[in-house]
Amino acid sequence: MYLSSIVSLLPELNEAFFETLLMVGIGLLVALVVGMPLGIVLYVTDRGLFLEKQTVKVVVGMIVNLIRSIPFIILLVFLLPFTDFILGTTIGPLAASVSLSVAAIPFYARIVEAAAREIDRGVIEAAVAVGASPWMIIKDIILPEAKPGFISGLTITAISLIGYSAMAGTVGGGGIGDLAIRYGYYRYDDTVMFTTVIVLIVLVQLVQYIGDFIAKSVNKR
Amino acid sequence: MITLEKVAKIYETKSGQVVGVDNVSLTINKGEVYGIVGYSGAGKSTLLRCINILERPTSGKVIVDGVDLLKLKSKQLRVARQSIGMIFQGFYLVSSKTVFENVAFALKAAGVEKTKRKERVLELLELVGLSDKADHYPTQLSGGQKQRVSIARALANNPKVLLCDEATSALDPSTTKSILALLKKINLELGITIVIITHEMEVVKEICDRCAVMQDGKVVEEGPTYDMFSNPKEPLTLDFIKTVLDFELPQKLLDSISGTLVRLQFRGELAEEAVVSDMLQKFSVKGNILHGKVEYIKETPLGIFIMELVGEKTEQEKALAYLKDRVKQVEVI
Ligand SMILES: Nc1ncnc2c1ncn2[C@@H]1O[C@H](COP(=O)(O)OP(=O)(O)O)[C@@H](O)[C@H]1O
Ligand SMILES: [Mg+2]
Repeated sequence: MYLSSIVSLLPELNEAFFETLLMVGIGLLVALVVGMPLGIVLYVTDRGLFLEKQTVKVVVGMIVNLIRSIPFIILLVFLLPFTDFILGTTIGPLAASVSLSVAAIPFYARIVEAAAREIDRGVIEAAVAVGASPWMIIKDIILPEAKPGFISGLTITAISLIGYSAMAGTVGGGGIGDLAIRYGYYRYDDTVMFTTVIVLIVLVQLVQYIGDFIAKSVNKR
Repeated sequence: MITLEKVAKIYETKSGQVVGVDNVSLTINKGEVYGIVGYSGAGKSTLLRCINILERPTSGKVIVDGVDLLKLKSKQLRVARQSIGMIFQGFYLVSSKTVFENVAFALKAAGVEKTKRKERVLELLELVGLSDKADHYPTQLSGGQKQRVSIARALANNPKVLLCDEATSALDPSTTKSILALLKKINLELGITIVIITHEMEVVKEICDRCAVMQDGKVVEEGPTYDMFSNPKEPLTLDFIKTVLDFELPQKLLDSISGTLVRLQFRGELAEEAVVSDMLQKFSVKGNILHGKVEYIKETPLGIFIMELVGEKTEQEKALAYLKDRVKQVEVI
């Protein structure tokens, strides 16, 4: 009975799995494209750094903190009109990825900032002393030096997003979370509940493993 | 080559103002090796960092190679910095880059084309004696080797000035010697003006033509290294000199002395040292040398001897008068 119910669930589970991957993938991509530059901005405008600018640092920092202080489930509901505005719908993994992206940006930005701070200030200073331009210092010093930190930060972000995606599922976002709620909660189907948990555990382990592997292989120190 | 005019740096901190550098005026000549000594917190690093505007002075003027650096826009300042190399106590190499890439970065920063970088990097590694380490990562190098890489990086764009912030303080004595020898070579062969900050008088003695002593952000004494060693005027300078030339006699010995204790100091050339034997022949006194040393201050000898003159009072006085006549610095202690 147990096995057969899983088998009958497989097509839906498969679809839910890829929906989750899609949501998390989009969130991660946005985190990389928007969150990372913001994190770098937070870092280089800090006191004593080569693009020190308190106003920028404070304003960006405040926006980041503002978004981060909203619990995801509230952000999710709060952003529904915005999602509807840009996508014309609030249902489906694509719609869910909007709020996931908004949450991922400040989350990853802070991680990037913290990872960059780990670089010895002297190394940055030595680059300033040879007359390197800010862009060159970012591209040729900060990025390679903090790369392992940036990658493990991306792993942390991915795992958080997998968690968030389950919440997004509850308001019609689809994915594994959606599946768990529909079968496990509304229909009291323990098998589905249990299976989704297993899938999530495996997914998180896999992401962690891949993330660690990449972070390790780019670390030349 | 470098002129500092009333340079001051005041830090605004939460607990009030901290004076880093207090109205320092200095001139450092072309081709010179200039030392700045002082205890920790004296303001040496801050002053050095004002020379390439890593630290923007609160007031004053910084002129390097005829250019008023504080008047430059950020892009011009970057270009100016390419002709001011800098090395640090902590080396500060990029750990994710190889030795080759670390040096090449300085060239890239100056806009040297990629095809031209390779030749120059190899030339620099040859100069610092690390040709075989081009593909190593910094973690695979010893402290001395790391400092050599940072010297290669600092020299990449043919600077006119090299600033050294405690460049040998993290190294053991023999590595320190080899790095100092390299700096000396750079100074002599490439004619690069070198400014060295240190708390080790040994370093000053070894390579500095002139030096300054700093305390509380101010330069308390300045002059040719030899003069500083042979004739220090400030107590702080004397403190530093003593780390190299210390002539404390044990109390037990002092208690047992019956004659006159004399301290002789001369340019330790043989002709001058002969004065002592002349004196001993001319007068019926005996001289016991209790302490003494000939120290080489950048190749010029400086001799200091402490001797006890024993004999009749009148003979002692005559001998002393003779010494005072022939030797520059004689002191009865
Ligand atoms: N960024 C800073 N902010 C506040 N105070 C500073 C800063 N940098 C240096 N100082 C202060 O300036 C003084 C001189 O420091 P420094 O130049 O590093 O001395 P030294 O190199 O001779 O040891 C010290 O009192 C130090 O605490
Ligand atoms: Mg210092």
